[in-house]
Amino acid sequence: MSNRVTNILVPLISVILGLLVGAVIMLISGYNPITGYTALWNGIFGDLYTIGETLRQITPYILAGLAVAFAFRAGLFNIGVEGQLIVGWFAAAYVGIAVELPKIIHLPLAILAAAAAGALWGFVPGLLKAKFHVHEVIVTIMMNYIALHVTNALIKTVSGGGDRTEKIFTSASLRSEFFQNLTEFSRLHYGLLIALAMVGVMWIILEKTTLGYELKAVGFNHNASKYAGMNVNRNIILAMVISGAFAGLAGAMEALGTFEYVSSKGGFTGIGFDGIAVALLGMNTPLGVIFGATLFGSLKYGALNMPSEAKIPLEIVEIVIAVIIFFVASGYIIRLLLLRAANKKKEAK
Amino acid sequence: MISDIINILYFIVPSAIFYAAPLILVAIGGVFSERSGVVNIGLEGLMVIGAFTGILFNLFYADTFGDATPWLALIAAMVAALLLSLLHAVASISFRADQVVSGVAINLLAIALSLYLVKKIFGKGQTDFITERFGRYSVPVLSDIPFIGDLFFKSVYNTSYFAIAVAIIAWFVIYKTPFGLRLRAVGEHPMAADTMGINVTKMRYIAVMISGGLAGIGGAIYAQTISNDFGHATINGQGFMALAAMIFGKWHPIGALGAALFFGLAQSLSIVGPSLDYIKEIPSVFLLILPYVLTILALAGFIGKANAPKANGKPYIKGER
Repeated sequence: MSNRVTNILVPLISVILGLLVGAVIMLISGYNPITGYTALWNGIFGDLYTIGETLRQITPYILAGLAVAFAFRAGLFNIGVEGQLIVGWFAAAYVGIAVELPKIIHLPLAILAAAAAGALWGFVPGLLKAKFHVHEVIVTIMMNYIALHVTNALIKTVSGGGDRTEKIFTSASLRSEFFQNLTEFSRLHYGLLIALAMVGVMWIILEKTTLGYELKAVGFNHNASKYAGMNVNRNIILAMVISGAFAGLAGAMEALGTFEYVSSKGGFTGIGFDGIAVALLGMNTPLGVIFGATLFGSLKYGALNMPSEAKIPLEIVEIVIAVIIFFVASGYIIRLLLLRAANKKKEAK
Repeated sequence: MISDIINILYFIVPSAIFYAAPLILVAIGGVFSERSGVVNIGLEGLMVIGAFTGILFNLFYADTFGDATPWLALIAAMVAALLLSLLHAVASISFRADQVVSGVAINLLAIALSLYLVKKIFGKGQTDFITERFGRYSVPVLSDIPFIGDLFFKSVYNTSYFAIAVAIIAWFVIYKTPFGLRLRAVGEHPMAADTMGINVTKMRYIAVMISGGLAGIGGAIYAQTISNDFGHATINGQGFMALAAMIFGKWHPIGALGAALFFGLAQSLSIVGPSLDYIKEIPSVFLLILPYVLTILALAGFIGKANAPKANGKPYIKGER
């Protein structure tokens, strides 16, 4: 079996196993898995409105997935996408509220603010990794909590003691009348196009630029890269900054498209952590991220339909997602089993 | 002025110890796992399962066991979290999964599974409130000592003493027993340890299971002393705070104990602070982010260098150089 085939088979098998585990759990706890998965399906593809909302949900997942995948390719584990997304969300909303400008300036400004905030939040762990060799996983986890508490405090200040800000000016909004008419007034917005464009941007950076080549080299072996004359420290910082910018953009999607405001949060949005799943399933490639985001975004949105249609707690889908991550992470054992199965076939012949 | 400060201390110190108890236990759990070379960011999820199991046991068996319920609930929570941690162990030790990814999966799985069951059993997003709680306790002679007695020995939760005792036992086990020496050896240089006849896989499995058990107990203590019910936001980052305490304590049980006490202080200040003179002047956001900022500074070497065990996070593959 070629490497390429196993690379595609591992995620596929993981998804099937994940759905199977979900079905077994539903069976054990006294629900009918067929009713459950039918409700899930209807929640994703039921009518034009749900399809629009599903696509809307996929949008930030693409960007969060890109953020994780980009850092992964440079050998870094950015588990701080969640925090970078939160600061991006706040920055975009703040720019959307604070000034009123012509749309052609206002909207790009708000989007850039989100990317810059996310990039800043990624810069800190990148710098610490490059200069002090501090492991980025721990720093990014800590930065997540700092982001959560700091933005909550800022939202309180901006809104004059309230829990959410006002709505952004329409000049900063990503809402799209065209998409809304197409999908029976779902909240699908132009952000989807931005997300897809960013997939292209990541592909170009990784495959067509010197920077991308160096980043991948550092990811494979940073000693060899150093020996080849690359500036490893600079590359580490840049990788985290770009990854953070992608995550910040995911926040902009929520701020300028879906909600058009920012509210203080009791906990994390979960999009950043699901981004890890998206990237893993997509094998950290730009195109793969689209597939991963489509799967997890759909599951996540479709789950909302399960309690009303099938009376099944929507957490079942989170369980399925966790199990999928688990199997993808344990790819080694699936590969081993596949290899054994292939060898047996050969012997039988 | 001085009497003001003393009054604040009377208020703050017991409450800090109270908030620190779960953190201490979970951080010690983290020390065991990471000292053996297995990164465990699944501590949060293990704590969630512990809290969930503890509350469930308490609600169902309070009538049967009466006063002993909270303690028995700890045992149930320990077993549940230990089983979940086995999943992390299998993935990261036997299946050579990325340990951080596996930890993320544990976190997602724990909160999803327990909320799913809560909704199934209670038909709503959170459980009922428990009736049997941990008692407060005054140490007979020591609590009569002026000042110190009031601070440390009067109406303290038993669980706080329990947590501190566990930290001291952990120090003894890790630094004074052959088991501890082997544990540290597989975390620093698994190949050398293997050559000396230590079973690396077995040691790591045991360490991860200890971390699971302790995290489960920690979660159950949190649920039965601080929140008294279980919902989606019950644990909300306590496990990551414990992870921070472990690192700030430099992967050492006593260090983790000290860091957890300090973070407990920061937490209690951010909650009771607004009702205290002087402290209410500090915006609560600074107290909220203090533990995380300190951890980053500690890692960057501004507060003494924190070095992880050498083989931390790397699967051990026999025969590989």
